[in-house]
Order: sequence, then structure tokens, then C-alpha cells
Amino acid sequence: MKRVDCLEAIYDELTGCAVVTIMGAVAAELYSLGHRPNFFYLEHAMGLASSMGLGIALSQPDRKVVVLDGDGSVLMNLGGLTTLARYAPPNLTHIVFDNQSLLSVGGFPTATATGSDLAGIARAAGIANAATVTGVEEFRAAAVAAIEAAELACLVAKVEAVGPKSFHMDLHLLENRFEFQRALRPQPQGDPTP
Amino acid sequence: MPVSERHSKLVYDALAAVGVEVVSALPETWLVHLIRLAEDDPEMILVRLAKEEEGIGISAGAHLAGRRSAMLMQNHGLLQSVNGIVSLAQLYKIPLLMLISDRGHLGEPDPWQTQGGRTTRPVLDALGIVTDELSDPATVQLQVARAMTLAEASSAPVALLLTRDLMWEALA
Repeated sequence: MKRVDCLEAIYDELTGCAVVTIMGAVAAELYSLGHRPNFFYLEHAMGLASSMGLGIALSQPDRKVVVLDGDGSVLMNLGGLTTLARYAPPNLTHIVFDNQSLLSVGGFPTATATGSDLAGIARAAGIANAATVTGVEEFRAAAVAAIEAAELACLVAKVEAVGPKSFHMDLHLLENRFEFQRALRPQPQGDPTP
Repeated sequence: MPVSERHSKLVYDALAAVGVEVVSALPETWLVHLIRLAEDDPEMILVRLAKEEEGIGISAGAHLAGRRSAMLMQNHGLLQSVNGIVSLAQLYKIPLLMLISDRGHLGEPDPWQTQGGRTTRPVLDALGIVTDELSDPATVQLQVARAMTLAEASSAPVALLLTRDLMWEALA
């Protein structure tokens, strides 16, 4: 299945959530579906998308937090899965798009191409609600359930090693950073969250 | 010589006084009391890390979500976190307060700490990170407050070195 189809399937669910996405195709494809102020694109520091998600989730327990990650990034911070499991914020959903490669730098295979099982690692790290999905409908159902549930979840979506035609985003990373911070501020009574 | 409980409390109270609500930490000997104080404080969120670099992500998330945070780590933890410091905290202009125990410096008896001790100040310098040394218990509160003020004003990391003079009980 294609990552962009998965993102499109859950796009509306992301309203009101704090969304942190790792760099590369994940960021570009989410952006291509329509940027919103509650989307933060972490254009470097691979591995730390899930740690950022944890920091946000602990800081705003009433806010749903969705991390959109990649296999390459998660492999750089496997220990972070044990930290997620240890504190298990119920408002955090960690979605990993596993295309078994580092796509945007030339398509080099990662260890998930030779059998490393990220959902299995997450489960063994202590994240009970961890699963692998391979179809878009299966993904949509699992992702929606995970976001709505008051339980830490790690959902690994096996996707094709394809990316967008263009990785260009008309959004400077600092513009995004300050806009996202403003979007996470508590809203005055009666205003809808972005 | 034991690690100073009294001075650890001074440091902890100074963090609380500047509004820190989230502390991420990877323990080492000198940080034992500080971490215990964070653990025992119902007002503080303590995140024990597997690896120090995670703390950069956690502090960045906390800051963007409106909470002040601080990191507690050994100087080798600083070295371990460098990519996170550069490509998240500095690139994205995140005020990051790092309390770093100054191992491997003058007075260090453990051989394995000494290479890191030589590297700490030059690395902080190379990264352009404003650094202050906490040595005198009388000025800890003021120094922590000034560090937090600068971090917020500059949207940048600031490092506080927890020195041997502060963290160990003085000779009688």
C-alpha cells in the first residue's frame, strides 16, 4: 500500500491533534495533502520524532498526539521505545511507515528489509498495543482506533518504497516551528482547535 | 566523599523556582539526589531516559507544548546528545536548559572519565553554547535563573556545569 493513501485515509482524524512527522517522504506527503498549523515537520534529528511526541503528550495530557515516523528513524532510537513504554502516555499514538528503506537519500534498504520487526520490537519493549498492518482499510481502522483509544499504541504500516514527485514544501522550518507552538497553546473558551 | 544532598536540593529548588515542570534524566553518581528529588516531587514530571539524546526531543516537545523543562546528565551524555542538540535544539531554536555533571575534570580519580572531561568545554564552545559553572552554593539560584532567562530570550540551549566543588561534600 502507499503511504500517501494511508495519510489521506486518516487526514481528518488529525484535526485537533498535535502531529509530529519525521522528515523525508512522510513530511512531504502529509504536507501535500494540506498543511495545518498543528502539523510539525521534524526535518532532521532522525529518531527524535517519538521523543518529541512523548514530551508533548506528557506536557498536555488532554491533547491527542500523533507521531508519524519512518523505519529508518525508529531504528536510530530503539531505546526510545522503552521510554515510551515506561511512561505509556494514553494520549500518544506512534505510527511508523515502514518502507524498509531510507528513501529520500537514494533508497538504501534498512534492517526491516531483512526481517527486523518493528512492531515486535515495540511489543517486546513494553508497548502492548503494537501491530503491523498491510492494507489501507486495515490501516485506517487501526489508526482511528488507536488515536481514539486512551492507550499508548504503536502501529507499523508496511508501505511501498515510493515517495512524492517533489519533496519541496513552501514552509520554512522556523515558520512551521513557531506556528506549531502557537497552535498548541490552550484555546480560549469557544474557539475551535486547529 | 558523598554527593552533597544539601547542594543537590539547592539546585533542584532553583529549577522549580524558574518554573521547570519536566525533567529528563539519565543517572550518574553526582545526579542521584537531584533525580530522587524530582521523583519525590508530585509537581514534577520526571522522565528517565535510555539514552540522553532522547531528552533533547522530550524538552523540545515540552517547550512547544508550553512547559519549561531541564535535562540532567553527565558530560558524556552531552557528547552522546550532540546531533540532537544541533539538528533539533539549535536548528529549531529551542530553549534547552542542560545541567551537566562535570566529570573527568580537576580532582577526578576515575580514569575512564578523563577523556570526556577534556572534551566537555571545547565541545560546548564549538557548539557555541553559553555555559556557566555552578560551584558556589550561594549563587546557584541566581545562576539557574539567569540561565533560564537567557535560554528563553535566545531560544537556544544553555549549559550549566555541575562542578565537583558544588556536588561533593566539602572537606571538614
